[in-house]
Amino acid sequence: MSAVPSTVPSAAAFKVPGFWRRALHHRSFVIGGVLTLLLILAAAISLVWTPWSPYEMNMAHKLKPPTAAHWLGTDTFGRDVASLLLVGARASILVGVIAVGIGLVAGTALGLLAAARRGWVEEAIMRFADFSMAFPAILSAIMMTAVFGAGIVNAIIAIGIYNIPTFARITRASANAIWSREYVAAARACGKGGFAITMQHVLPNISAVLIVQSTIRFAIAILAEAALSYLGLGTQPPQPSWGRMLSEAQTMMFQAPLLAVFPGMAIALAVLGLNLLGDGLRDLLDPRLARAR
Amino acid sequence: MSFLLEVDHLVRHYNLPRERLFGPPPTVKALNGVSFKLQPGRSMGIVGESGSGKSTIARLVMALDTPTAGTVKLLGRDLHALPRPALRAARRDVQMVFQDPYGSLDPRQTVARIVAEPLEALAETSRAEQRERAGESLAAVGLRSGDLDKYPHEFSGGQRQRIAIARALITRPKLIVADEPVSALDVSVQAQVLNLMQELQQKFGISYLLISHDLAVVNHLCDEVCVLHRGLVVERGAPQHLFAHAEHPYTQALLAAVPRAEPAALA
Amino acid sequence: MPLLEVDDLHVQLQTQRGPAEAVRGIGFTLERGETLGIVGESGCGKSITVQSLMGLLPSTAQVKGSIRFDGTELVGLSERAMCEIRGNRIGMIFQEPMTALNPVHTIARQVGEPLRLHRGMARADARKEVLALLERVGIPDAASRLDAYPHQFSGGQRQRIGIAMALACGPDLLIADEPTTALDVTIQKQILELIQGLVEERGMALILISHDLGVIAQNVSKMLVMYGGSVVESGPTAAVFAERAHPYTQGLFAARPALGAPRGQKLATIRGSVPDLIDLPSGCPFAGRCRFTIDDCHATRPPPTPMPHGHAVRCIRLGEVIAEGVLE
Repeated sequence: MSAVPSTVPSAAAFKVPGFWRRALHHRSFVIGGVLTLLLILAAAISLVWTPWSPYEMNMAHKLKPPTAAHWLGTDTFGRDVASLLLVGARASILVGVIAVGIGLVAGTALGLLAAARRGWVEEAIMRFADFSMAFPAILSAIMMTAVFGAGIVNAIIAIGIYNIPTFARITRASANAIWSREYVAAARACGKGGFAITMQHVLPNISAVLIVQSTIRFAIAILAEAALSYLGLGTQPPQPSWGRMLSEAQTMMFQAPLLAVFPGMAIALAVLGLNLLGDGLRDLLDPRLARAR
Repeated sequence: MSFLLEVDHLVRHYNLPRERLFGPPPTVKALNGVSFKLQPGRSMGIVGESGSGKSTIARLVMALDTPTAGTVKLLGRDLHALPRPALRAARRDVQMVFQDPYGSLDPRQTVARIVAEPLEALAETSRAEQRERAGESLAAVGLRSGDLDKYPHEFSGGQRQRIAIARALITRPKLIVADEPVSALDVSVQAQVLNLMQELQQKFGISYLLISHDLAVVNHLCDEVCVLHRGLVVERGAPQHLFAHAEHPYTQALLAAVPRAEPAALA
Repeated sequence: MPLLEVDDLHVQLQTQRGPAEAVRGIGFTLERGETLGIVGESGCGKSITVQSLMGLLPSTAQVKGSIRFDGTELVGLSERAMCEIRGNRIGMIFQEPMTALNPVHTIARQVGEPLRLHRGMARADARKEVLALLERVGIPDAASRLDAYPHQFSGGQRQRIGIAMALACGPDLLIADEPTTALDVTIQKQILELIQGLVEERGMALILISHDLGVIAQNVSKMLVMYGGSVVESGPTAAVFAERAHPYTQGLFAARPALGAPRGQKLATIRGSVPDLIDLPSGCPFAGRCRFTIDDCHATRPPPTPMPHGHAVRCIRLGEVIAEGVLE
């Protein structure tokens, strides 16, 4: 008499009345949401205004602590740290969005194909995913940028490619669960083919999983960009980047320790915010809460 | 007279994953040669327990699975020999109602889309016409056109099963395969859905191929019943006759096992 | 002193739309060795009732009223004390044999778990006891299958293993929540006969939940009919089956398709559908769906009207209901 509960998060949850009420009471979601919004806001504001120009060097005012004029102080070249952070947010978001976008589109497509075709197609795609994941991400990114040259574009591509197998696996697992649902059998009984079923039934029902996964991978992408920039392989000067700010701050550790603290905190808060948002979404989209009856 | 459905020596064996490197893989012999014929306007019940192969018959008749041997002929055409476009067109005449009212409707789609899906798959009608037909179908099962834009989770189990029946009706099929359509419902809701199915039978002349483990349900809707045991039909006949004069020991055991609603008298 | 005394039990659950009363003032008693059946449809509160006996409700549930088990008050009992009762003095069999056993532990370990936990038995002793239990519940070749895993057994056999686990410590009370709903009808008969035999043999009390009136008729001596969290009719099974006084009980009986009934006959149905717990009407929960409803039905919960043989019915229009039944 009772239906077998699904373990795939359900996007039908959005349609249950009170979703936003529950969302706004969920601690992780709220904190994560606020932090993520701040990140986006920082990048957005930097497009129209920054306290100072991040490229303007002023050697007379270098290594200053936070003052009324420079809210977070200045770095080794006299550039305003606050402005650098704001503009650096842009790089982080750009990398996040595009790298996750690459992984999402290509990985999801592969995962959906694997689940729809089964058989040797599925095996081939999954073995390819396993193979790709066997290489440590940072190492792959370093190899790629070493071969194709440093720069933000190559960094994005490297990180993006790394996302593909992750999304492929997750998509395939969730899609398989959906393929065994009775409403898919009903669609097959109508005569619908694999592509139509995938687009009309499978994809909408795994969207919640993909949303949650995207926020998590976004956070990882920001960390990866910071790591690559730190190594000098990501964003190139004079483009501001949180990772490179950390790297430059290393040599100034004893003279101006705050130079490392601010970009470090920015990275940490961005990653924390995205992870909390992902956790919150995962809880809120839980199918047990999504089923009204 | 031509038959609506002719199932001839249907066999379905499944291969399980290999357990040993050498030697044949183990097989599950789900169906071992089942035959029956259904005339237009008449309804047939398939009764059996788990492992009898009854759900396999449903899947093979709906061409959701291919037989190892044997044929399924719908209106004289062998379904499994048809090329894909012809099979898709043939599905107009046979639709299915599934067991689980909570699983057989896509939670992300509106009732209008769900009910119109078989029509949309045939690709012959416009969106507007699909919606109109969906409204008609819903009315036929006792729901309202205002329900078209709602989502499945807003309905109870019995109502969802009605939506599933509306979906099966929309192409005006001659045959509806119903796989345990009321097993997941409460007794009082079950009665409502069974009455509805009976009404549709009388009004539209639909035939049912009703799969159930519950003899009383089959009795209510079917002209003939086949008792299935381990992939073979062990006995067949009209329900009333069968239930009073079962000959095969398995049928007798099945009937004897149903608990009678007659308690022992008061001390 | 009765083995189990439930008095004015109220259980409030947290649902998506706010708090809802799942159980509204139930009461019954059970003596040692007595069998009680609870029949009702989804959402009537029968599972919640037995879960509250076992203390298995979610932490957000609020329980009011009294459950006295062998003199001990269970409502408000600490989790530690409750753990000593569960599996030891009260055993429970669940509905889904496919998921009630842990797939990664052998059955010897699972059936032996209550013995090791409550009796402090050593592994070897527990194993001997487990073998005896498995043989009693009818697992063929039990000695060689002690170290087998649940997936190697059929559904019916898994339920037998579940029964062995529930019985391991010789409980005074056995609760079976729809134990055969997920099983084939021929297996159902065997399992129910097994439970009957064990209950008689060990002098246990039994609470059996089922939606199937046939199962209730054949297995319990007294019964409760539940609707909307309340008991609408209660009494000896034979009396309830013979009288069917409450309109809901009548509806339940009338709605079953009967074997051998003539074709073309419509089944009697109960108008409408079971409302959400939150939307239950005040007063009698069946008011509105019942064809005998009058304004007073919505006012207060009907008190139980006693009838002969310990039979009780909660309906303020009982006189009219019975009169109409006699006329039909």
